[in-house]
Amino acid sequence: MDQQTALEKVTAIIKPYAKNLAPLEEGNLDARILEDLGVNSARLVDIILAFEDEFGISIDDEAADKVRTIQDAVQVVSAQA
Amino acid sequence: MNRVVITGLGVLAPNAHGLEDFEQALREGRSGVRHLPRLEELNFSCQVAGVPQGYEELAREYFAPDRLVAMNSGMIFTGIAGIDCWRDAGLPLPDPVEGPVDWETGAVIGTGVGGVDTLGEVVFPRVKEGRVRRIGSTSVEQTMSSAVSGCLGGLLALGGQVTTNSSACTTGTEAVIQAWWHLKAGRARRMLAGGAEGASEYTWGGFDAMRVLARGFNDRPEEASRPMSASASGFVPGSGAGILMLETLESAQERGARIYAEVLGGHVNCGGQRNGGSTTAPNPEGVRRCIQGALASAGLSPDEIDAINGHLTATMADPLEVQNWAAVLQRDPKNFPWINSTKSLIGHGLGAAGGMECVASVLQLSRGFVHGSANCQDLHPALEPYATRIPHQTCETDARILAKASFGFGDVNGCVLFRKWE
Repeated sequence: MDQQTALEKVTAIIKPYAKNLAPLEEGNLDARILEDLGVNSARLVDIILAFEDEFGISIDDEAADKVRTIQDAVQVVSAQA
Repeated sequence: MNRVVITGLGVLAPNAHGLEDFEQALREGRSGVRHLPRLEELNFSCQVAGVPQGYEELAREYFAPDRLVAMNSGMIFTGIAGIDCWRDAGLPLPDPVEGPVDWETGAVIGTGVGGVDTLGEVVFPRVKEGRVRRIGSTSVEQTMSSAVSGCLGGLLALGGQVTTNSSACTTGTEAVIQAWWHLKAGRARRMLAGGAEGASEYTWGGFDAMRVLARGFNDRPEEASRPMSASASGFVPGSGAGILMLETLESAQERGARIYAEVLGGHVNCGGQRNGGSTTAPNPEGVRRCIQGALASAGLSPDEIDAINGHLTATMADPLEVQNWAAVLQRDPKNFPWINSTKSLIGHGLGAAGGMECVASVLQLSRGFVHGSANCQDLHPALEPYATRIPHQTCETDARILAKASFGFGDVNGCVLFRKWE
């Protein structure tokens, strides 16, 4: 899967959980999911599950813990998809 | 001790959303009971219920997507009624994330069964399948008993005591009484109080199995809820939320708030499941002591009660309830207070019932009417002596004092007394 497609899908998954949409709309890959997007930390669990469903992959806890930015998320899903 | 008044009301009921719509619905006898195809698919005997109509769309208007992902139906009903109540009390909505906490306002929002829809649809299936990880992060906050009050505390930045009470079908009325005690004692300036119950087949299934839900009216849903009727065949399950803003008189006057009514008194007790009482039936002495306790707390005599908004669910307990009122009030049947059942229009909201019905009670008092009690033209024979005091159509009245009671499984009772603010 190309990076652009992965980014679009990752963004669509994270969007409903974000209080601050601006970094997503700007396509800022360095935006931090918790601090910059204002996502409730508990919801990372749901975002990881949604990645697994969308991309047909399995993300273990160690890999999930490393997802801090949009770029991290794109890399995690691209690595397996 | 502080005097306590009501300065805000919010309601999301099966027949209406918002005060103006709810008043109109009560006045015109609009039923919110509908046939639910899902209950037919599931082979319920009772296939009708009261569910706030269009609530999913309302939820998208009221709540941001990141909050809505963790809200089940009971929380949605609470949030909508609570925000409406807050606005009605003339208070500004806080910023959703930042900004000050209101340290002087709390909430007692009860629920009878709670987030069983989340348990049934998300938690139980995944646990049984050995897929606990797939439950996700949102189930605990939706299934903890305090989900409804916790949700409202966050929406409104409440900093006082925020808690959930649960006492079956007495819940909503008990919440109002608990908030009244709290404010009387000077523990806060304002308390949101009421009840909420989600709409779920998992909640209603157990009642259907008990054979206490309405039978024989699946093709006539608006006629199914028949409190005080000779042909009452059980209650119609309902859902929704009703929330009142209780406030010390001093606080209300200080900020120039509009006042609907004063909470004059209230009492809650339990019949001990003895002498006719059981888990599912009331000990008559308990009911009578509860009403007497409410009158005593208000310093009222029985002849001062102008209207009663009864528990009156459409079961065999309705005539017993009226007998208990009569035993305490000792009034000639022709001089009996007006008595009606809001459940005739919205079904039995379980933990939400007392909340929605307290809103209906205060609305009736403050706007000078007693709504018609639907579907009891064929009055139960034991209630014939009171026929002239049971309105079938809405009447304009100058009622000043209204007694609202709720009774619940566990043999628990609650009675609150409101006086119109003049």
